[in-house]
Amino acid sequence: MRGFYSRKIHSLLGVIPLGAFFLEHMLTNFAAVEGGASGFTDSVLWLNSLPLVFFLELFGIWLPLLYHGVYGLYIAYQSKPNLNRYNLERNWRYTLQRITGVVTFIFIVWHLWDTRVQVALGKVEHDQLGGVMHNIVTQPLLMTLYIVGIVAACFHFSNGLWSFLISWGITVGPRSQRVSSVLCLGIFVIVTFMFVLSLVTFRNDEFQTAAVAMQSLRSFI
Amino acid sequence: MAETAAAPKNVKFIITRQDEPETSPYTEEFELAYRPGMNVISALMEIQRNPVNAKGDNTVPVCWESNCLEEVCGACSMVINGKPRQACAALIDNLEQPVRIEPMKTFPVVRDLVIDRSRMFNALKRVKAWIPIDGTYDLGPGPRMPEKKRQWAYELSKCMTCGVCLEACPNVNEKTDFIGPAAISQVRLFNAHPTGEMNAEERLDALMEDGGIDGCGNSQNCVRACPKGIPLTTSIAEINKQTTKHMFKRWLGV
Ligand code: HEM
Ligand code: SF4
Ligand code: FES
Repeated sequence: MRGFYSRKIHSLLGVIPLGAFFLEHMLTNFAAVEGGASGFTDSVLWLNSLPLVFFLELFGIWLPLLYHGVYGLYIAYQSKPNLNRYNLERNWRYTLQRITGVVTFIFIVWHLWDTRVQVALGKVEHDQLGGVMHNIVTQPLLMTLYIVGIVAACFHFSNGLWSFLISWGITVGPRSQRVSSVLCLGIFVIVTFMFVLSLVTFRNDEFQTAAVAMQSLRSFI
Repeated sequence: MAETAAAPKNVKFIITRQDEPETSPYTEEFELAYRPGMNVISALMEIQRNPVNAKGDNTVPVCWESNCLEEVCGACSMVINGKPRQACAALIDNLEQPVRIEPMKTFPVVRDLVIDRSRMFNALKRVKAWIPIDGTYDLGPGPRMPEKKRQWAYELSKCMTCGVCLEACPNVNEKTDFIGPAAISQVRLFNAHPTGEMNAEERLDALMEDGGIDGCGNSQNCVRACPKGIPLTTSIAEINKQTTKHMFKRWLGV
């Protein structure tokens, strides 16, 4: 396919459905902050009770992620960063967009392995995911890596919105691009705050009971 | 004597040279006596007159290109102290020393500081950056351009195809075939012209081919680097809008 169209699809998929799912994921996690372990489990179960959830996941997440991620790696590879010559804010964001894309890619593979893949393999049930997360984020090294991955994903999403608006000719002049910069910075702060707060909440002991239950289940199997 | 004569100041240059397109580059140092108001071109002329390097050895004069000597032709673009710019407008007084001079390696190096900017002129041909009015009979006067539009269009018309914006762009390199900011801005210029507008879609089609506008990654270095202050990122976003609209129109068949 010609570069123009494949690139437009890459750009669109970054916002719809990936960006939309990203926000949905943020809200699901935040249920842990607001409703504790049971609140989180409820919203995971609600999500999985959606009709045709298999197709929603396939066409709403897996395939778009594969396309955007793999093509994104190629776009990042094609870039020749020049921050040494142009130490400018926009050039930093351009470079970080690529770096965070790669970091997000690695993080998503790892995170999916920990969670969705284990469910698919039948080793974990959906309602035990809170416990899985508890086991991860109570280890300082893994918690640090999770925070790095999440901040990278949040930056990639927020700055991606900024460049999406340019790629589709929505913000054209310097003024609108400045205003959208501020808005996207705001989105970055809010999204990062909510994700990290959820992560911290998963450290609470109430998620441990779920974890213990899971461990006994595992040893039982 | 009340005043002592100022000690003769010297200016040091480190120049990246290359004998032929395929040979590997090397650096050579030169030291010239300071003269008030000297710039990089006058220094290169000095070396041409007296081709002796800093070690005192005779050498081959450094090759470069220049024409207008007033920053309007774009021929003398080179990388001076790490920044691509016009050598004729690079005053020694404003430069850190030693002055490091390199060719703009985004383009094929012909010799020393001489580069081949053909890709830029080919890009202008590809996007049809002109207004076709030639024909077999007089078409009469075209529609008038509103003054407000003329004012910003005039800014875009200042492009001298110097290549600095391509050199500044992290997406213009050997791994991509991105056409670069200059030609995209020219499409905006000719699509804004009341007569040029009649062929707007042909130009948009050209930018939707491989190596077209999709190569932009919004680093926005170009707009900061352009010596003519051309609003390149506004042009790119505007052409993003035009190509996106054109894409939907084509799909819907209108
Ligand atoms: C899986 C790993 C990922 C990689 C390697 C990756 C890579 C990239 C790259 C290199 C770009 C820059 C494209 C450009 O500027 O032209 C980009 C843009 C973008 N990405 Fe990702 N990305 C990934 C995941 C995601 C995810 C999960 C989201 C959603 C939260 C996302 C949302 C976006 C958005 C909105 C854009 C802006 C599109 C545009 O400028 O037109 N990306 N991605
Ligand atoms: S847009 Fe500016 S930097 Fe680019 S070629 Fe034209 S004058 Fe040079
Ligand atoms: S000689 Fe024309 S721009 Fe320098």
